Amino acid sequence: MRKALAVGRKEFWQIVRDRRTLMILLFVPAFFLMLYGYALNWDIRHVRLAVLDREHTAESRELVSSFVNSTYFDVVAAPASMREIERLMDRGGTRVALVVPEGMTRDLRSGRTATVQVIINGDNANTATAIFGYAQAIVHGVSASLQLQLAGRGGAAPLISVQPRIWYNPELQSTLFLVPGLIAFIVMISSVVSTSLSIVREKERGTWEQVRMAPITTPAYVVGKTIPYFFISLASAFLIIAASMLLFGLPVRGSWLLLLFAVAVFLVGALGTGLLVSTLVDSQALAFLIGLLLSLLPTFVLSGFIFPIASMPAPIQYITVIVPARYFLVALRGIVLKGVGFGVLAPQFAAMAAYAFVTLALASVRLAKERG
Amino acid sequence: MRRLGFLVRKEFQELRRNPRMFPVIFVAPVIQLFILGYAATTDVKNVPLMVVDADRSAASRDLVARFDASPYFTVVGVTSDDGAILRAIETRRAWMALSIPPQYGELIGRGHPVVVQVITDGTDSNSATVGLAYASTLITDRAAELALARRPPGAPRIGSIEARIRVWFNPQLLSLHFMVPGVLALLLMIITTVLGAMAIVREKELGTLEQLNVTPLRRWELTVGKLLPFGLIGIVDVILVVSVAVLWFEIPLRGSFPLLFGLSLVYLLCTLSLGLLVSTVSQNQQQAMMTAVFFFMMPMIYLSGFIFPIENMPGVIQPITYLIPLRYYLVIVRGIFLKGVGLESFWRDALLMVGWGVAVLMLATMRSKKTLT
Repeated sequence: MRKALAVGRKEFWQIVRDRRTLMILLFVPAFFLMLYGYALNWDIRHVRLAVLDREHTAESRELVSSFVNSTYFDVVAAPASMREIERLMDRGGTRVALVVPEGMTRDLRSGRTATVQVIINGDNANTATAIFGYAQAIVHGVSASLQLQLAGRGGAAPLISVQPRIWYNPELQSTLFLVPGLIAFIVMISSVVSTSLSIVREKERGTWEQVRMAPITTPAYVVGKTIPYFFISLASAFLIIAASMLLFGLPVRGSWLLLLFAVAVFLVGALGTGLLVSTLVDSQALAFLIGLLLSLLPTFVLSGFIFPIASMPAPIQYITVIVPARYFLVALRGIVLKGVGFGVLAPQFAAMAAYAFVTLALASVRLAKERG
Repeated sequence: MRRLGFLVRKEFQELRRNPRMFPVIFVAPVIQLFILGYAATTDVKNVPLMVVDADRSAASRDLVARFDASPYFTVVGVTSDDGAILRAIETRRAWMALSIPPQYGELIGRGHPVVVQVITDGTDSNSATVGLAYASTLITDRAAELALARRPPGAPRIGSIEARIRVWFNPQLLSLHFMVPGVLALLLMIITTVLGAMAIVREKELGTLEQLNVTPLRRWELTVGKLLPFGLIGIVDVILVVSVAVLWFEIPLRGSFPLLFGLSLVYLLCTLSLGLLVSTVSQNQQQAMMTAVFFFMMPMIYLSGFIFPIENMPGVIQPITYLIPLRYYLVIVRGIFLKGVGLESFWRDALLMVGWGVAVLMLATMRSKKTLT
């Protein structure tokens, strides 16, 4: 243990001497959280809508005004032809076009199904999906209320109505969803980035022989290497969380102690990943590439940060089981947004702990082999 | 020129000496493409739904069956216990819950309005909004059906309005179509900027840069020679990624390939210059890696419009996005790939990208001269 601390102290001074690296590790994550937390949102508001109304009846106007009243859409253009819609879409001026065909009201009154066209610019699949859902809901709603009106039951309440209840994030601000994801992403990346070069650097610079000969056991060496990065990353993670609370109103509804525990366990796993990468390769460039491949992509895509895991195809869902950020995100969102306790999150903690143990153990085994 | 050739050959030899490097450089992009291609679905499907049915009548079971039959929902449990909702949502076993009040069947049978509750876990705001829209569509449909069924006999038939929704440029709303250009761009950045910068800094770190400086190699030859191999690898990667995208994922390449290729070379110039710039401001490989990851890669992922639409960003942030060359390249690649448009529609982005590349190249060259003296 004393030896582990000695390695830790040496590593710590090495980091502190490289002032820029220390600054980057401590403060840059918080800075980027501010930037991205502020910049990113998915709230679909004021989507630019072009309306081509070939009908001009009270009914068609009701349809158009329901789009506007939903607050999701702003009518920005009234094109006169499909060709004009094409031009508007190509130049990116509008994202959605609504085409009300001639004869809609007539069809409606004579018992036929009238079809209105909604054209969505699909070049951003995210927003397009949400718009798709809204447009469908709006048209259905108008259809139902027009049916009631025309049937002479205008003013009557629809037979079944929906009372939506949104828990934990009643205004559905995407920021509250994205900020925990950003925290996980930034913590993961900075831990892997900081440790993945640590051992391979010694090999590349030729100081590896000294490490090999040093009178210290491999696990102690691994622990020593991890300690300074652990504390630096922990400090940086809490700076990020503090910034999220101040700037984005991220609540911490659960226990702070549990939050600390969750961040700590996740951090150990992330640092373990970096160390493991560092023991697997013998050049820093390769360590960087593999580290990035193991941390950036899974944390970004396979963790539920942005893309819902339930919507992925089954084989991919199995892959996400080994992504530590997946568990961390459930725990983090659970603690800060839902205020749940350890009882609910125990499986997540167990999974993160197992991941941390496996990466550190593998790193020790690899390292022991290298030291011969 | 011959000297340059030697240097490039030396660099390739060095890369070859590291046998694990090559597979990673060529396999990594394909893995990325596959994961992004299959996992990055933004469609909201199979939302796990908890049902609390306090009525347990034929009518309430019919409503539940409609949710279960819809591709958007998967019913994970039906109970009559209200507390089950909280437990299911806390553990994320369910994302949404449908609560049907007692006497639901009886009331609608008599034509009395009923309110059903739809409870959503708002933590995933995106899925929650879309899920709510789908749920309300299902319920309005049912209400309209019931209303029509209850019309007095002999009343005129009334039709309904249906939305035919067409999504242009990406008809099946495949996120893949929208991701591939981003993967291409990110990849070129990783290979050329970061690896290029690390290769130059490595010489600094090992102290061999001084040796190269005293050789008759000219400064620009040294720079070009160091960066060229990564440029070549980048070009191979472009071809690889485009082939996998077109042949395996069957993403239509609607526009011109030569134009795509040419503008990819311009983008490559941007990322290589950026690599040179990073190398001049870094003392060791770790610094180079961190500078590149934090200051160039993360902004590229988040602020370029790769996933998050720029038009949603606040007005103060939007100007910053002009500093990111990926912004222009994305417009170009998506335009060529998905819309099949040419220079006439994105000449401004192409021009800005060229300007950006030249500016950064000049900046990097100036800096690298200064660090030499």
